[in-house]
Amino acid sequence: MAETIRADVRKSAASPRRINRRDRFAAYRLHHRQIARDSLLRLLRHPFSTLATWLMIGIALALPGGLYLVLDNLTQLGGRWDGAPQISLFLQQSVDEAAGQTLQQRLSRRSDVAHVEYISREQALAEFRSLSGFGEVVDHLDANPLPAVIAVRPLVAQSGAEAVQKLFDEVKALPEVERAVLDMEWVQRLYALLNIGQRIALALALMLGLGVILVIGNTIRLAIESRRDEILVVKLIGGTNAFVRRPFLYTGIWFGLGGGLIAWLMLTVCLTWVDRPVAQLASLYHSDFALKGLGGGQVLAVLLAGAALGWLGAWLAVGRHLGAIEPR
Amino acid sequence: MIEFERVSKRYQGGFEALNDVSFKITRGEMLFLTGRSGAGKSTLLKLIMLMERPTTGRIVINGHQLDKLASRKVPQLRREIGVVFQNHQLLFDRSVYDNVALPLIILGYQANEIGRRVRAALDKVGLLSKEKVNPQTLSGGEQQRVGIARAVVHKPPILLADEPTGNLDPELSRDVMHLFEQFNQVGVTVLIASHDLGLIARLPHRLLTLRDGTLVRGVGNAETERDYG
Repeated sequence: MAETIRADVRKSAASPRRINRRDRFAAYRLHHRQIARDSLLRLLRHPFSTLATWLMIGIALALPGGLYLVLDNLTQLGGRWDGAPQISLFLQQSVDEAAGQTLQQRLSRRSDVAHVEYISREQALAEFRSLSGFGEVVDHLDANPLPAVIAVRPLVAQSGAEAVQKLFDEVKALPEVERAVLDMEWVQRLYALLNIGQRIALALALMLGLGVILVIGNTIRLAIESRRDEILVVKLIGGTNAFVRRPFLYTGIWFGLGGGLIAWLMLTVCLTWVDRPVAQLASLYHSDFALKGLGGGQVLAVLLAGAALGWLGAWLAVGRHLGAIEPR
Repeated sequence: MIEFERVSKRYQGGFEALNDVSFKITRGEMLFLTGRSGAGKSTLLKLIMLMERPTTGRIVINGHQLDKLASRKVPQLRREIGVVFQNHQLLFDRSVYDNVALPLIILGYQANEIGRRVRAALDKVGLLSKEKVNPQTLSGGEQQRVGIARAVVHKPPILLADEPTGNLDPELSRDVMHLFEQFNQVGVTVLIASHDLGLIARLPHRLLTLRDGTLVRGVGNAETERDYG
């Protein structure tokens, strides 16, 4: 008896699902597209609350993104000196040109030095006049106040920070030298600051990322609650957990992607806003420095980060709350 | 097709909804499950659907031994059972068409196939003209028929109905029962929980009658009585 039942069973069980694999895959893809579209339309049906969520996520993404941009630009600034430090030796007023030239030749024979340039007092004045914008002031001076300078570039091959420091200490002690400046110092400080900045940006990104996950998780929790009936029915007629989860995951992705888009807009607006003053400042320093905006890869990264955080937040919320909704 | 072997269900708090219930329903059978409210009809249906698990006993549905069925296989079982709910369980945020299409979407049918089957099911229950309407605007009888269309659209081998005529007038009730008989004639195993004894008495189908959680009558099937007597 039981045998006949089982045989019958097998026959009938096959009947409602005679679909081949390829059709099933095509239907699956179509289903994904429909769910993606449907969940986006659902969001757009409540434009204000959706926009509020997008803004919240956008701000949370834009803050670390903006800090990253600032750091990126400062790195670019530091990178112009490119770790090739320069030692400027300001010579005593009493050292005349011939003595200065001699010192230059003496220094250039050193093995740890790549290049030595002597800048006479006249050259220094001419340079100052042309670059500083104070040329007229200089014309009114009776005597040239500028000292002669010897610019020493250490050999890059041994330009470990210690070797450079040793060279610096030695040339600083020369009797002809009144004052010595190691240009690398501010670059080093800048890099140290940038290092701190990067850590702050990372910490901020982690905290705000967590914030995004929580915001989206909470929003998805409300969405789950409002679609409780649908979830029950779907579970009753044989929808798998993956099927039930899917629309909420897409909702999370849309929230995150929208937030990423808003973050990108905010950053672009901010960049445009500070671009002119930065260009002005750069021109004051006779620099052709220009703000580096978001590259295509970075825009993509912001959007992807948003989408990934959205997906993750939704996934966590769904995992926590869907199990509680079981047909009774 | 549906087999209960010494099944009991005790809820927390000690209430015994079903007590030592055994029966066997063969493929293609149609029968009624009757009894007063509280006699255990809903519990029995819930056990078949795996909305509840039995305290003791063994249940086999369409070849699945339920106590050995992993939770991730539960959707698979439910796809083989069409259910008509007393309160219809329709979704009012979408059209009649989309309600009926839901089981096919879950099963992964292609769009054109879905269209064909949904219209065939709606035609069967006489609601083809209402496919674009929101079910909220339909009468109780029409909503019930949408629910029936959704239950059968994917041609499940088993059809369960929980008080399908509960809120309907006698004429509509007869129509609904007639629909169930038509499905049964094409080979679907049909189990209908109902306390509408007046209606049932006029129909020539086997009865399972529950009283206080035990099966009292209607296992008019000699084999079953011999098996479990």
